[in-house]
Amino acid sequence: MHTAAGVEACLPIRSDMDLVWVRQHVRQAAARLGFGLVDQTKLITAASELARNTLVHGGGGQMEATRVGGAGAQGLRLAFTDEGPGIADLDLALSDGYTSGGGLGMGLSGARRLVHDFDIDTRPGSGTTVRVTCWVGRPPRPREEA
Amino acid sequence: MPEHEADGQLATPTHEVRDFLHSRREQIAQRWADEPLFRTVFTVSRDEAVEAGKVIVDALAQVADSDQVEDPDAAGFSEVREQLARMGAARSRAGLSNTQVSSELAALRPPVENLLAADLEQASPEHLRACSTALTVLMGTLRLVAMQSALSEWQALSDRQRLQLMEVATPVIRLWDGIVAVPLIGTLDSARSQIVMETLLNAVVEQHARFAILDITGVPTVDSLVAQHLMKTVAAARLMGAECIVSGIRPAIAQTIVHLGLDLDVITRASLSDALGYALHQLGADIVNPGAGQR
Amino acid sequence: MNDASSRPVTGHVPVLRLGDVLLVTLQGDLHDSTAQQLQQDLAETISRTGVRGVLIDISGVEIVDSFLGRVLAEIAAQAKLLAARTVVAGMRPAVAITLVELGLTLPGLSTALSTEAGMELLARQAPVTRPGGPRQERP
Repeated sequence: MHTAAGVEACLPIRSDMDLVWVRQHVRQAAARLGFGLVDQTKLITAASELARNTLVHGGGGQMEATRVGGAGAQGLRLAFTDEGPGIADLDLALSDGYTSGGGLGMGLSGARRLVHDFDIDTRPGSGTTVRVTCWVGRPPRPREEA
Repeated sequence: MPEHEADGQLATPTHEVRDFLHSRREQIAQRWADEPLFRTVFTVSRDEAVEAGKVIVDALAQVADSDQVEDPDAAGFSEVREQLARMGAARSRAGLSNTQVSSELAALRPPVENLLAADLEQASPEHLRACSTALTVLMGTLRLVAMQSALSEWQALSDRQRLQLMEVATPVIRLWDGIVAVPLIGTLDSARSQIVMETLLNAVVEQHARFAILDITGVPTVDSLVAQHLMKTVAAARLMGAECIVSGIRPAIAQTIVHLGLDLDVITRASLSDALGYALHQLGADIVNPGAGQR
Repeated sequence: MNDASSRPVTGHVPVLRLGDVLLVTLQGDLHDSTAQQLQQDLAETISRTGVRGVLIDISGVEIVDSFLGRVLAEIAAQAKLLAARTVVAGMRPAVAITLVELGLTLPGLSTALSTEAGMELLARQAPVTRPGGPRQERP
């Protein structure tokens, strides 16, 4: 039932400036799909975190935005891909407070809490792809650590 | 896809079914409308049923023509979805459950199968089997489509009702200049707490409220999930520059919170009036008890 | 009161001095480098001017991610070392909800509903006392 409705855009993530483009693009795409203000803000923030990961840890890459959904639900899927060193210990990278880049260690784990679906594909030495999806009008999922 | 196969080439079973549906649409619709099922529906006239039957048979023929008998997303099925939505709306107006439509749809199968068997009496047993297999697959997909649209309709309805209920159940009250309160009643799940948080924080901005009181008198139980929702609201209000007070903590709830070892890092008060008193004091406006003598 | 010392250099956010307080107004989408530059500018300006408070108005900011959140927390921490208090004012509800969901509650940060409320808060709070007697303005 969830058929892809076509790739909306593919943006390069090579610099600090590109992060701004990513945020602006996600904002426009989310507004067009009819996301509420809070959900828009969450999705843009998640995109900002993941794009910065792609830039800082992956050495640059790209973001692909796709509209997904059928008759029932509409959503926006964002895929961040890099050809960087990959993530050796995924559980560690996904835990709160873990950082390898001098940040607050909330990038990956925080971004996961801001979206409905989160999927990560990585192997040491062969890059990382993070896919996140938000659905219009769906309530946030409860935190799993509760 | 050409409308008809080239001369001398045998039609595929799927296209045989398509041609059969085209030629027999009138009979199928008539026989369907005669099904005993429709007699229980006083609001549906026979003509109406016949028309509905024709729409569905035409759509099925279109799907067969595109060779997508197994694909519920085939273009032809969009007509079916619209027709089902119309039928569903009509039945629910008549006070019938939405299982009525799927029973009606199931009743389409015997007349179609019988007519096909009659039409292909002269054909070889292999060809007849191939054609009825194609028809069975097509009818199976039709049921899937019906199920999907019933489900998504039900989902949309329940989403709408849930949202309405939550909006109604979350009034934010301005208690004083700079003090707002939201009385929480019922269970606090993720969806509800999201609405409570948004409504309360928007009120904080609109009312320039330095204090926001969350009254949980009407919340039956406080488990770790509810505590987490409360703490998120408290933390978000704090980031905006407002202070939250959780009031209405009944003795049993206080015990539960302690037993669960939950850390409610927030100002709490037993009652809403205590919370209001605290907030007023912080704003420099104390409530003075005039005393019995002055009455 | 209108002792403004804005720095209209590209990549710099203007820092306005109002008496004993530095006022910074953040708008729109900030580059990472602009935020970092602001952090550096503020440290220098506080130590040069000896102000007692920093007020950062973020009512025009639509997104605060963990990077900007960290910059705000670090601005507050370094200002504290320089004997100045920091108040972040006007955070939008959607931004606050997102930050909490992200896991950033920024416990060390003072907040206010608006710049007016922030100014009041800075005025009301007792001046930060530092060991070593009254501070002296550097030339």
